[in-house]
Amino acid sequence: MTENSGPLLELRGVRAAYHGITVLHGVDLNVAAGQVVALLGPNGAGKTTVLKVAAGLHPPDAGHLLMGGRDVTGIRPSRLARAGVCLIPEGRGVFPNLSVRDNLLMMTFCGRGRGREEIEETAYGRFPVLAARRGQQAGTLSGGEQQMLALARGLATDPAVLLLDELSMGLAPLVVAELYELVAEIARQGVAVLVVEQFAAAVLKIADHAAVVVRGRIQWQGHPDGSLQAELSSYYLGSPP
Amino acid sequence: MDQFLAFTVVGLSTAAIYAVIGSGLVLTHTTAGVFNFAHGAAGMLAAFAYWQLAVGWGWPVPAALAVVLLVLAPAFGLFVERVLMRPVQALGEAERLVMTVALLAGCIALARWVWDPDTPRPLSPFLAGERAVRLGPAVVTWHQVITMATALAIAVGLWSLLHRTRAGTEMRACVDDRALAVLTGADPLRAGRLAWVLGIQLAAVGGILIAPTVALDAQQLSLLIVSAYTAAVFGRLRSLPLTFLGAVVVGLLEAYLAGYLPQNDYLPGLRLAAPALLLFLALLAFPHHRLRGRDRTVVRVPLPGRRGSLVLAGCVLALALFLVSVLTEDQVISYGTLFSLGVVALSYVPLAGYAGQVSLCQLSIAGIGAAVWGHLGAHGELWALPVAVLVAAAVGALVALPALRLSGIYLALGTVAFATVLDRWIFTLPAFDVLGVHIALFDQGSVSVTGPDLFGLHLTSPAELLVLAAVCLAVTSVAVAGLRRGRHGRRLIALRDSEAAYATLGGRLLVAKVAVFALSAGIAGLGGALYGMQLQTVTADQFGLVAGLPVFLIAVVGGLGSVGTGLFTGLAYVVPTQLLDGLGPWAQNLSALLIALAGMGFAHSPSGVIARLRTDWAPLGRDRPLLTALLGALAGCWALAALVPDGGPPAVAAALLAAVTLRGRAAARAAAPAGIPPEWWGLRRPWRPEDGEVLSRATAAAG
Amino acid sequence: MPPLLQAEGITVAFGGRRALDRVSLTAEAGRVTGLIGPNGAGKSTLFDTVSGLRRPQAGRVRLDGRDITREGPARRARRGLSRTFQHLELFGRLSVRDNLLVAAELGPRRRHAARTADEVMDRLGLADTAEAPADALPTGIARLVEVGRALVQDPRLLLLDEPAAGQDAEETERFADLLRSLAAEGTAVVLVEHDMSLVMAVCDDVYVLDLGQVVACGPPAEIQQNETVLAAYLGEP
Repeated sequence: MTENSGPLLELRGVRAAYHGITVLHGVDLNVAAGQVVALLGPNGAGKTTVLKVAAGLHPPDAGHLLMGGRDVTGIRPSRLARAGVCLIPEGRGVFPNLSVRDNLLMMTFCGRGRGREEIEETAYGRFPVLAARRGQQAGTLSGGEQQMLALARGLATDPAVLLLDELSMGLAPLVVAELYELVAEIARQGVAVLVVEQFAAAVLKIADHAAVVVRGRIQWQGHPDGSLQAELSSYYLGSPP
Repeated sequence: MDQFLAFTVVGLSTAAIYAVIGSGLVLTHTTAGVFNFAHGAAGMLAAFAYWQLAVGWGWPVPAALAVVLLVLAPAFGLFVERVLMRPVQALGEAERLVMTVALLAGCIALARWVWDPDTPRPLSPFLAGERAVRLGPAVVTWHQVITMATALAIAVGLWSLLHRTRAGTEMRACVDDRALAVLTGADPLRAGRLAWVLGIQLAAVGGILIAPTVALDAQQLSLLIVSAYTAAVFGRLRSLPLTFLGAVVVGLLEAYLAGYLPQNDYLPGLRLAAPALLLFLALLAFPHHRLRGRDRTVVRVPLPGRRGSLVLAGCVLALALFLVSVLTEDQVISYGTLFSLGVVALSYVPLAGYAGQVSLCQLSIAGIGAAVWGHLGAHGELWALPVAVLVAAAVGALVALPALRLSGIYLALGTVAFATVLDRWIFTLPAFDVLGVHIALFDQGSVSVTGPDLFGLHLTSPAELLVLAAVCLAVTSVAVAGLRRGRHGRRLIALRDSEAAYATLGGRLLVAKVAVFALSAGIAGLGGALYGMQLQTVTADQFGLVAGLPVFLIAVVGGLGSVGTGLFTGLAYVVPTQLLDGLGPWAQNLSALLIALAGMGFAHSPSGVIARLRTDWAPLGRDRPLLTALLGALAGCWALAALVPDGGPPAVAAALLAAVTLRGRAAARAAAPAGIPPEWWGLRRPWRPEDGEVLSRATAAAG
Repeated sequence: MPPLLQAEGITVAFGGRRALDRVSLTAEAGRVTGLIGPNGAGKSTLFDTVSGLRRPQAGRVRLDGRDITREGPARRARRGLSRTFQHLELFGRLSVRDNLLVAAELGPRRRHAARTADEVMDRLGLADTAEAPADALPTGIARLVEVGRALVQDPRLLLLDEPAAGQDAEETERFADLLRSLAAEGTAVVLVEHDMSLVMAVCDDVYVLDLGQVVACGPPAEIQQNETVLAAYLGEP
């Protein structure tokens, strides 16, 4: 796969609602292979819903979801998972009562051709700390280690699209920086990465593109630079009086 | 010491069976999210099927075992998962609960229908011919050896399945985080299916192992499971190792109680009731749940109007007078119970319908009302009736104590335990004295019950008692409807919809819950006393847990929130039972089976039949000419039935026909209002509430 | 006179993780106090602790200087504390009017419950939906009903958990007016809200919670310029 060869993941005019309340009013978003796109914005803006639509967990009321140019709107999440969409949900990307090894075994279920040994090899190779804790229950790992285990799914199952929700939740800044370094590495392998993040600073260091969602609409979209920071603080805290 | 070892061996082999059954229960509960009240009944059916193959048809034991465990049990598990459970899976916990309770009632009725309960069916233990094994001073039969070995093998097998295989890991992952499991490409439905197959297989193994040591009796086998429930609750319904531990505790407890309890009239029942008592205590030791948030699947509670409830009361009284004037004395006795059972069923409305607390022991509490009335009101003393109601209410308040900690299935389970303790122990006790108070319930037999003395008028004839029961049903129906319209009914509904909000608004949960349990128990106690009067003599098994299940299920079918469910339950329970019993012995137990099937069918539509009936019949109620015609037709039928000998059945048929035809006409007339110009509305056809709006909109448009 | 609400050093832990870490907050009669912070900062947990649904491991809650830490939620309600819930906790099977009636009949004006309910419905513009069952309402209106249910109890302390979510700009404007008039009547209002324009427009003081700790507190204009607050929202630069 070559970088920036056109969008791999594409949302076109997506509108979505919960119980009749519209939370997304027509969202357009493209993520190319090898690209990291950061989706920013205040709480309740609809960022997580964008990810849910992209993973097939929430069927849109209008608009389309495309993968590699093919319309995949309304396809079941388990089929999208097998087609290479990997969503790591907010704060709970691991099975807490399963051992590290069993968590890795669960990564073979998306049927992307890798066996258990191969997945363990990749994961332990990249995260030696997980190898030392292979028999331990995932819920007893530290927050950073849990996210490493969750990210191992993005690394080992060879996804085409990686969707990350609030990776930094409850983690120290140093750990977050390290995790995003890894996300950049995954993207360099040709994966299209869409990151939802409330703490913009960490992800903007690796993002190629940023979009700010406010009240279910994309308010700003472009290359992340200095002007974005000022823009964001006004979205989060309101414009200074 | 030798004796102690012998009891220990017995206890451990029983424990092994409870462990097997309990682990199946835990498996389906955690993986498929269903607490299966019919788990024991599935084991019971397996035991009967095994008897049929191995003894009835003389198949070799291995072949019979293979067919039951590898073919029938998995097939039953898949059937339950696909046909019964999947449609209610997305609905609430209450619907799943109703479904498995219906399945429990259905399995028992089916077994009784197929295998006549009066024929003894001995089932010999495995390797009964071989000499028992001596382990030092203890003697262990081969059946016990096989039982314990099976439990151990199952423990090891389950552990390896769950921890060493892909399918097992998938099951655990789905338990841990179902949403994440879907995201990784796992299939929770597949895991659930596997859990059902394994769960039913484990129940079957347990049923076949336990059947030789007790009688092959549908009800007894299904309820032996209370012990397995206790084991599972020890494991908090999640942990398999703790379930095994709980099974050992229960098994040993039963064995030692059997061995060491002194022999007298009071204590044998305690041994039988011990697992249920332990279950009750184990449930109380459950961690206190945080105040529950809003229940997502809510069933609307209809708001009965004052007129509507008076019409209902009128219908009850008219039906009573009709029955009294038409039926023979024997028939009055058998059909008359519809009103008293209706009162018992009505007790579900405030408790389960408004406050959302599911209790499966209402008929047991009715039994207390009947017994208290039977003793205190032996000569018809009227003051004894309120006393019976108050005693029942006090017992209800006692049941409320676990309800403060428990909700949903745990509460239902607690009431099952309570009913079992009553069945096996309290109701079997002879009269005794506590602190100088003489307490007598069923005196190890039957209690004769008479009618009350109503200010000098002693009601004794079946017809008089039928009218009394009908008056009570009418009055309680109006009262329960009034409760719904008033402040207290609102509070009960609020309490159920959000305990957290109710408490933060200043509502006292304790007071409200105890009050509603006491109120509904009081209503049930009144119903029980009336039921007893009509039966003339009552025994404990008329008020058992299993006897109460059909009443609960019909009340669910009718709609727990509807006040009309009292009358509906009485009719739907008594009339088909009487009609079917008239068909001959083959039809016995068929009505119970049909009720269970109805329960399964209506678990999907929890708002109930009555709500639908109300919308169907409302047009007729508004259509004055047709309503008058209907009343005339009914009066005619009544006259026909009362005057012509044997005129009852044709009269009822004619009345039903007239009612249905007129309903159809009324619906047609209501659907086509365009045929009558607006200026004739209210003249050529009755004025309807919506007409005003239609007219004002039309004039506004014209202006 | 002590402030109406004093929460001092509140610590709450869920299985080892500290959801609240020595959080102190005061709210005074006649003022609107804002409580903001990123998701998971512990705002709703603080409300649960103040309203009595959750016992803190350490710390005190005082109302009018009286220690109410060990009192249950119903007791606190009778002392004049009312709240709304972020995840709606309406009585779904009851109509809007009945929701307010239940609350009014439990409150100080229980003798005139029906009139109180009607007044509050008029004030919030709920009169048209009075007979609709609460579980059929759109979120924006359902949140208003929660507010109404709290108001019929004439609270002295009102805790509002994201009351304006799901409202459009015009409705939010009207809601801001409502909050100002409540404060003018002497109610102490604590407001958790994500819509910063609303918070900045109505709050007299703002507390910022991050990872279970108060990282800043002060008047809104100051909070907007605060570097720590920006970092809490955007991450370390």
